[in-house]
Amino acid sequence: MKDVVETPGEVRVNDFVIKIGNVNGTGSASANGLLMKAIFRMGVPVVGKNLFPSNIQGLPTWYEIRITKDSYFARSGTADFVVAMNAETYARDLAEVSPGGFLLYDSTWPRPDLHGRTDITAIGVPLARMCNEQFDNARTRVLMKNMAYVGAVAGLTGIDVEVIRGLVTEMFGTKAHLIDANMKAIELGLNYVREHYPDPLPLRVEAMDGTSGHIMIDGNTAAALGCVYAGATFGAWYPITPSTSLMDGFKSFCEKFRVDKDTGEKKFCIIQAEDELASIGMAIGAGWNGARAFTPTSGPGISLMSEFIGFAYYGEVPVVLFDVQRAGPSTGLPTRTQQCDLTLAAYASHGDTKHILVFPANPKECFEMAVQSFDLAERFQTPVFFMTDLDIGMNDWMIPELTWDDSYQPDRGKVLGKDELEAIEKFYRYEDRDGDAIPYRTLPGVHPKGAYFTRGSGHNWKGGYTEDSDEYKEVLDRLTQKWKNAAAAVPAPVIIKCGKPARRAIVSVGGCDGAVREAMDRMAADGVHLDYLRVRGFPFSQEVDDFIASYHEVFVVEQNRDAQLRTLLINETSADKTRLIPVLDYAGMAANPKFIVEGITAHLEIVGDAA
Amino acid sequence: MTSMPKPFIDKHLPKNKLGLSVRNYEGVMSTLCAGCGHDSVTAALVQAFWELDLAPESAAKVSGIGCSSKTTAYFMGQSHGINCVHGRMPSVATGANAVNGKLHYIGISGDGDSLSIGFGQFAHAIRRNLNMLYVLENNGVYGLTKGQFSASADYGSKSKKGVPNEQTPIDPCVQALTLGAGFVARAFSGDKSQLVPLIKAGLMHKGFALIDVISPCVTFNDHAGSTKSYAHTYKYYHPLVHTDFVAHAEEITGEYADDGAMRVTMHDGGELLLRKTDSDYDPRDRAQAIETLMLGGSDGEIRTGLLYLNEDMADMHAANRLPDAPLNTLSYDQLNPGSGALAALQKRYR
Repeated sequence: MKDVVETPGEVRVNDFVIKIGNVNGTGSASANGLLMKAIFRMGVPVVGKNLFPSNIQGLPTWYEIRITKDSYFARSGTADFVVAMNAETYARDLAEVSPGGFLLYDSTWPRPDLHGRTDITAIGVPLARMCNEQFDNARTRVLMKNMAYVGAVAGLTGIDVEVIRGLVTEMFGTKAHLIDANMKAIELGLNYVREHYPDPLPLRVEAMDGTSGHIMIDGNTAAALGCVYAGATFGAWYPITPSTSLMDGFKSFCEKFRVDKDTGEKKFCIIQAEDELASIGMAIGAGWNGARAFTPTSGPGISLMSEFIGFAYYGEVPVVLFDVQRAGPSTGLPTRTQQCDLTLAAYASHGDTKHILVFPANPKECFEMAVQSFDLAERFQTPVFFMTDLDIGMNDWMIPELTWDDSYQPDRGKVLGKDELEAIEKFYRYEDRDGDAIPYRTLPGVHPKGAYFTRGSGHNWKGGYTEDSDEYKEVLDRLTQKWKNAAAAVPAPVIIKCGKPARRAIVSVGGCDGAVREAMDRMAADGVHLDYLRVRGFPFSQEVDDFIASYHEVFVVEQNRDAQLRTLLINETSADKTRLIPVLDYAGMAANPKFIVEGITAHLEIVGDAA
Repeated sequence: MTSMPKPFIDKHLPKNKLGLSVRNYEGVMSTLCAGCGHDSVTAALVQAFWELDLAPESAAKVSGIGCSSKTTAYFMGQSHGINCVHGRMPSVATGANAVNGKLHYIGISGDGDSLSIGFGQFAHAIRRNLNMLYVLENNGVYGLTKGQFSASADYGSKSKKGVPNEQTPIDPCVQALTLGAGFVARAFSGDKSQLVPLIKAGLMHKGFALIDVISPCVTFNDHAGSTKSYAHTYKYYHPLVHTDFVAHAEEITGEYADDGAMRVTMHDGGELLLRKTDSDYDPRDRAQAIETLMLGGSDGEIRTGLLYLNEDMADMHAANRLPDAPLNTLSYDQLNPGSGALAALQKRYR
């Protein structure tokens, strides 16, 4: 990445945060996305986080754009330039401006009270007045007010208006009048600040070469694309935030790639179920019948699906569940992020059940691990949980372009075909013929010899009903062994060594990755050196066990109240729990390095040991 | 449930066109109570499949939980079966059917499974016009948990201990009619001559086919005061329409030719011959079907037969524009857009 020379003193180039406070349902998401995308197109790495309410219109919403020449990929937790468009949250938005920072407000109305903030600069732009003068109907005025601040922010920070124009043109395509109207609003803001604030702000966006070969995409879209490339043909779902866009994505990609142009026939089937009790049942039915099948949902859906999950585990039916986690318990905070379903998913359903989980950390891994999830599900003939979250799933992330290996062939697992069935004397569904704890299965309609009865009630290795203790235990023990064997097949952990002797380390998971890496940098600057392992699959591989064992203490960083990853590590590795120190964030916001630095520092102060 | 095989001797039994005897369509030994209506339904299913010359592996059996749901093990041992969770057979059938519509899906459920815990799934499978035969073995009682009323128990019907039911019943046929089912029938496990042709017709119907079979529970609901007992059902049994199913290859004999039978051609080319036993009843009139069933509640008559038939509705496959080749047979090459498409697609994310 090209270095940008910073002007000594107060000027910050490509390293600051813009935060926009607005009202949802006003089109602010498009305006904010436009700003972020323009910065990205200028070659400057960005992080965008949309903080939105569980509401259609009228409640506060925020959008954070972190401009980060160093390509950090977490929130920074600061706000250097706040655009305060929402009177309701004004006081709070004002309080968040970093010392020395800037506040842009709509000066159509009297200058707001700065509540004693003498350390910031307030910039008034009469956004509403200008838009009211230039646009006719009420809805257009509201929408264009947002475009007007895009122009003002661009003018003040140096975002290239021609890049914005290019994006607006792409956005509206052939609708020339919309391009004109939006550009007109953008220029209102731009021209106003050029006239009234001719001196550039010390927060500058300057073109660099930091985004080539990258895309901006959200994790749900990337996971949906992974489902397409995995060859999934069946998806059932019940709408639930924040998973909905995953099925929307799958549908739109399938319509692009899987519809016969001549006949209109679809090489996929998506069913919107009546509830999650049904969506998982449908996915299981399709998996049982030999299709790659999945259901996207969130925590409340997993709760409803639990009975069926146990059925698929015990009956050994492949199915993939995408859990886009949101803050619980109960309805919780549907539009806030958390990693709060880890223990729920690991042991979902009654009785002794243990599942295979994968943990993507960003949209790139969402794409790759979606494909791996189907391979794992069919290879191990069991439900696989893809544990993503709202932050990964719904925010646009800058990631390297996705690539595809055309030599990939799906691992369909052990399925006996017609000829193989013809050749064998007798087929028994749960017979461990290969000694790897994975039996062979057959599909309906292939051969009468392959017929078997899938049941959630007690069964023996032949697939027959049983209440015999030994026969029952034999199947249960094989399932345990099968699950253990999956540890070597799930995505391997990622280990990052700090390059210095380290007595302590961090273990974390999923979307905490960016915050952890940045926290490591910050702490290293203060002389605290930590190694880092990110788990990417469950059951945990031996590497996880070995890693933890080689440190004096391990900080387990995760986004939930109850230290669920730590619980899984205590349960499923040989780690000494007194040496697993929880570092937790359950505020519902995308992770930032602050809670990690603070949590670790506080612990080190207590034990009186700096490294 | 059991896995005990039955002794297999069929040397002297007649064979169908596939060279199979009825024994080839049987399953493992039933463990239901002696005299259970469900075993009669099982026998009727075996007979119907055998008579239709359907290959056993062309069927997939689905069920939920309960005495009724156990019966999928007792017929068609050479067909795949799945006995899932309580009340949720329709969802499994939906997913299975979506990815391979070539099989004959036969769901067996009960009044508890369909009308209480699974009422939602029952309704939505009908709304989707899932192509399956849905047999509801209806006895008004929970057998496995020893005799609680189910949602189909009639108002005032008495439990074994003499306590009357004080909740209004759910009539699955009325529900199915209001939800838009294209094939709605009621039968009695004690009348195989009516049930077998209805099963055959239901299997050949392209769409959701409900047969609500009054199937008495000899242990918990066959006493005086019960409206689902053998005695009560025999007494009030009232066939409205007589149904015969004729496979398309067969010649229609003179026997049926001029007795006023209504002929309905099924999608596979087979034909249904419907003969009214009530002069004014028209099984193509949905409103009349609903009215007739609802009036039936007041006079106590149990109206049976093919109550409603509509062959012109698009089933789930058609509504979803699914290809003729089952989704589970598509090769990966037919599904993978490839690396070039991925690269091109990502321009929109730049």
